[in-house]
Amino acid sequence: MTLSLRLRAAIVSLALLAAFLGAWHLATRSSGTTAAMSPEYARLMGLTATQGKSALPGPLDVGAKLWEHLKRPFYDNGPNDKGLGIQLAYSIGRVGLGYLIAVIVAIPLGFMIGMSPLISKALDPFIQLLKPISPLAWMPLALYTIKDSSISAIFVIFICSVWPMLLNTAFGVAGVRKEWINVARTLEVGTVRRAFTVILPAAAPTILTGMRISIGIAWLVIVAAEMLVGGTGIGYFVWNEWNNLSITNVIIAILLIGLVGMLLDQVLARFTRMVTFPE
Amino acid sequence: MSTSDDPFDADRALVRSGCACGRHRSTAEHEHAARTLRCEPVADLSEQKRYKGIVASAVMRAVFPQDVARRAFLKSVGAATALAALSEFFPLKRATEAFADAGPPEKKDLKVGFIPITCATPIIMAAPLGFYAKQGLNVEVVKTAGWAVIRDKTINKEYDAAHMLAPMPIAISLGLGANAIPFTVPAIENINGQGITLAIKHKDKRDPKDWKGMKFAIPFDYSMHNYLLRYYLAEHGLDPDTDVQLRSVPPPEMVANLRADNIDGFLAPDNICQRAIYDGVGFLHILSKEIWDGHPCCSFAASREFITTAPNSFAALTRAIVDATGFAAKAENRKQIAEAIAPANYINAPVTVLEQVLTGTYADGLGGVKTDPKRVDFDPFPWQSFAVWMLTQMKRWGQIKGDVDYKAVAEQVYLATDTKKVMAEMGLTPPTSSYKSFSVMGKSFDPAKPEDYLASFKIRKSS
Repeated sequence: MTLSLRLRAAIVSLALLAAFLGAWHLATRSSGTTAAMSPEYARLMGLTATQGKSALPGPLDVGAKLWEHLKRPFYDNGPNDKGLGIQLAYSIGRVGLGYLIAVIVAIPLGFMIGMSPLISKALDPFIQLLKPISPLAWMPLALYTIKDSSISAIFVIFICSVWPMLLNTAFGVAGVRKEWINVARTLEVGTVRRAFTVILPAAAPTILTGMRISIGIAWLVIVAAEMLVGGTGIGYFVWNEWNNLSITNVIIAILLIGLVGMLLDQVLARFTRMVTFPE
Repeated sequence: MSTSDDPFDADRALVRSGCACGRHRSTAEHEHAARTLRCEPVADLSEQKRYKGIVASAVMRAVFPQDVARRAFLKSVGAATALAALSEFFPLKRATEAFADAGPPEKKDLKVGFIPITCATPIIMAAPLGFYAKQGLNVEVVKTAGWAVIRDKTINKEYDAAHMLAPMPIAISLGLGANAIPFTVPAIENINGQGITLAIKHKDKRDPKDWKGMKFAIPFDYSMHNYLLRYYLAEHGLDPDTDVQLRSVPPPEMVANLRADNIDGFLAPDNICQRAIYDGVGFLHILSKEIWDGHPCCSFAASREFITTAPNSFAALTRAIVDATGFAAKAENRKQIAEAIAPANYINAPVTVLEQVLTGTYADGLGGVKTDPKRVDFDPFPWQSFAVWMLTQMKRWGQIKGDVDYKAVAEQVYLATDTKKVMAEMGLTPPTSSYKSFSVMGKSFDPAKPEDYLASFKIRKSS
């Protein structure tokens, strides 16, 4: 009896999940021991104090709350209380916009850097300096200069997702095999045509790898940025629930952030597979 | 000061002279004052009086086209008779009222930022309970992630007005920790409403003298929380800069840090103190009211630019806030308010916690139930002496260096005269003075002598 690898992996995954949930449940169940207190006093206190309930919610609490959220993901109770679906849509919208601007800037610029050793050398110190700056370090400066919090958030997405794309594009373009360029040259293909018909397809897998890294970073950053500026988005949701010390909702948000990040990554992974070619 | 000048004073010419704001004799003097204070002076006459001046001047000018004739007339009959005579055939009072009631708000859709704590109660409840709508305004109250963000968003004009800590508009106007931009306080949001919460393990260390080496959290540097905690520690002989550690920490993290044993206590705005008790991690050492009964906590703030560009909107907004604050001051309304502001759209906290704060019947964290209906209270009047006190503390702890014109700054930022006018319009009785003395931990404060008060403290930042 030999099960396929896939099936066996799935079984192990499920077993791990069950073990994790079990351990979580055991670790967070009520201790049941409570200090003696008058009923009048107990009425004013929370469950943690009165029933010895763990401060960390268990998997059942999270599950019940998640179901509540999933039942109505798009409600809108005013400016500060919207359903999780709406919050996620705001975040994805911001990431999409900032990322799109980054693509528009990074790919042509990366092409230029990759094709010209002079520009590459000249811009290198700037890129090296700007690349490691934490996105959140930009936030106060962006707020101060742009004077608009939602544009600031988009700017931060842009500034941190532009570098991996830029470097990968440049690397991919510079690494196109010389033979192919020489063949194009002997066939007297013009520079523009050469860029689109020879270099772009050859460098595409590397460029898309850069784009995949970038979307991951952009999604990482949006949560932190929205926690800082507030208003809307999944990051704001986390902050708002943290403000209420509702760890259950924070865990739900973490779960959803992971899920959306995975989906975004998978979309770009699929694109990468589409443009990859066997050599 | 032509427009607000008394047209019934024979010794004055009824012409425009002086500076733009009307407080100085010449433009040069005005500019000098503006430079030294880094913020714009404000007309110290109430709007109403100014309108009265404008209307009366216009009438007198019409009656006596030649100033010589007006002066001669006044000299012969006296100002009082002249006023009475003129009022006979010209309804001065009605005209003044018509002028003051200057029409609909310039901007109806407003955004007001708030931080989700019970201090913001009037700003928040004015939305669900319809106080903004009553003034013809459509106000969106926007929850904001922190004090620095609320400052920046108000400066950036994303918000028309905002909930701020009472000392913040003074700090912004003086350019402390931000660009110097003239800000104003037309109303105090709440008085009292803070407390010192300690971790349960310190329940036997009730004497502050035992607190040496402890770590305390405060929400913001320019806050009453900071000044009151420092004051309290210093009165007990501890130097807040060397004997303990004070950290700026966002309120929800205070509770989490207390649970994690990372800090020993905090002086925080309410519902955070009560939340720590509700979650069983802390107890209430004292209410801030026990340090200074009736102290201001948070304020309602707007930039001076907003007032000049949209004076009617500003007046309507102030009316709504004063109205809401008056409603919140009544004990019988507190339960209803707790329910109105508890949902996720507003404070996002358990109703039980808000109710305990607002009604003043609360669990103290040590097994007792206490009652203090004035635990948090609401009184909108922006006493200028409050601002003077804050300035003394800013100077005491080294936030302001050099000389301060206490009175001028207090009068520019705390708009007591405008609030008086709004309160009078609404049929309330504002105090006649804008200064009052009070005592903090038994030590009385005379707003006329801030420097003496400052010099009387043994513990203060050297330099």
